Amino acid sequence: MSGILNSSIGRKFAMALSALFLMIFVLQHFVINLFSVISPDTFNEISHFMGTFWVIQYVIQPILIIGVIFHFVMGFVLEIKNKKANGVKYAKNNGAANSTWMSRNMIWSGGFILAFLIIHFIDFWIPEMNTKYILGDMSGMHNGEFRYFHELQEKFVPIWRVALYIVGFVFLALHLLHGFDSAFQSTGANNKYTKGLQGFGKAYAILIPLGFIFIALFHHFTH
Amino acid sequence: MSGKGMNLTLKIWRQKDANDKGKMVDYKVTDISEHMSFLEMMDVLNEQLVNSGEEPVAFDHDCREGICGMCSMYINGEAHGPDRGITTCQLHMRMFNDGDTITIEPFRAAAFPVIKDLVVDRSSFDRIQQAGGYISVNTSGNTQDANAIPISKHAADEAMDAATCIGCGACVATCKNSSAMLFVGAKVSQYALLPQGQVEAADRVKNMVAQMDLEGFGNCTNTGACEVECPKGISLENIARMNREYLAATLKG
Repeated sequence: MSGILNSSIGRKFAMALSALFLMIFVLQHFVINLFSVISPDTFNEISHFMGTFWVIQYVIQPILIIGVIFHFVMGFVLEIKNKKANGVKYAKNNGAANSTWMSRNMIWSGGFILAFLIIHFIDFWIPEMNTKYILGDMSGMHNGEFRYFHELQEKFVPIWRVALYIVGFVFLALHLLHGFDSAFQSTGANNKYTKGLQGFGKAYAILIPLGFIFIALFHHFTH
Repeated sequence: MSGKGMNLTLKIWRQKDANDKGKMVDYKVTDISEHMSFLEMMDVLNEQLVNSGEEPVAFDHDCREGICGMCSMYINGEAHGPDRGITTCQLHMRMFNDGDTITIEPFRAAAFPVIKDLVVDRSSFDRIQQAGGYISVNTSGNTQDANAIPISKHAADEAMDAATCIGCGACVATCKNSSAMLFVGAKVSQYALLPQGQVEAADRVKNMVAQMDLEGFGNCTNTGACEVECPKGISLENIARMNREYLAATLKG
């Protein structure tokens, strides 16, 4: 058990586990966001619950942040190690003949997602932390009503931010198109369900980012 | 032989020895028959070079019937060239056209250092195999009859599929991470699937993976390129099986 992260397979496994965890997180994030389209009141209530319930704030949130940081750091560590394992660069290499663009460029799609996440944190997470833990306002209220839905709507008024988010989600889709089944393969799951799982993975990789894009556009145009 | 031969331009990696920097050099060959194998075309080139007093291009080859795994070469950006389920000796010149420029490079990986020209040192594979790719059976006259242990048809077939790996290294050459996991996955699987191999299964996978890491091979990112370029069609399932075997062995301590 000791030093499992020192082995190539151990690192793959840890990478896959953090990926599976993040994919579950993205799904729940999407479902909550979807409520902002269906019912602003429900969205406000869920947001207030997520933002104030101690288990989520003090247990799940730190785990999530560690998971995100781990996935990125390990991604870069693996990339550096893999580059070191290469010999002299090929004069001619036809990667498209045997693998997808997505699978060969996870570091790039991942890097762009990281850049997007930083912007996303500045947009939403840091102001939220500031209101709740620095200003100490845990009420979730502004002018007598829940602030969450209005804050969300305000963010998507400028078209440049909508465009930036769309680009971020496109990279998320590209990353997931390879990442979804890659995570299962790394954990050793390759069996009679794999074909079906790959189909589900493709649907997940396209529909979830597309849904996020729809939500951003919806708020931009209905404000 | 029918039809006119092909005239080709070859861009070949030339490197005097392990310490030489090496460079791509252009050569021309004429009247190449489409029926020739790629190695026969290389023979024509080398005859030409010898006749003109130049150093012939060193390349690995042995059986020339797709069994030994000796012939390597990265041709036009693909291990064993632009065809599927073949080694270089099984690649025919009909895959190319008259006037083509063909780029020929050695298999590249830090763990496969170039010895000369297109010849690379793949002894790292031997050392991985020596680390656990065997079963310890006393063969001094008291061996058990092989058929005394019943094995399911399914397991026997899967083990046999894994055992068809010829250790050519195309998986490593093709992998953007220079990972040897398809090779090691196949070698681990061929034993893990059979009762004779299960006795030493945990130590085998731990030792072989440790040796693989020690040799400086990269980490698999599941691009699947290895499976596509493998002359023997070794499946990615073998990598998943190795991952399971390794995790089970490691977590058990």
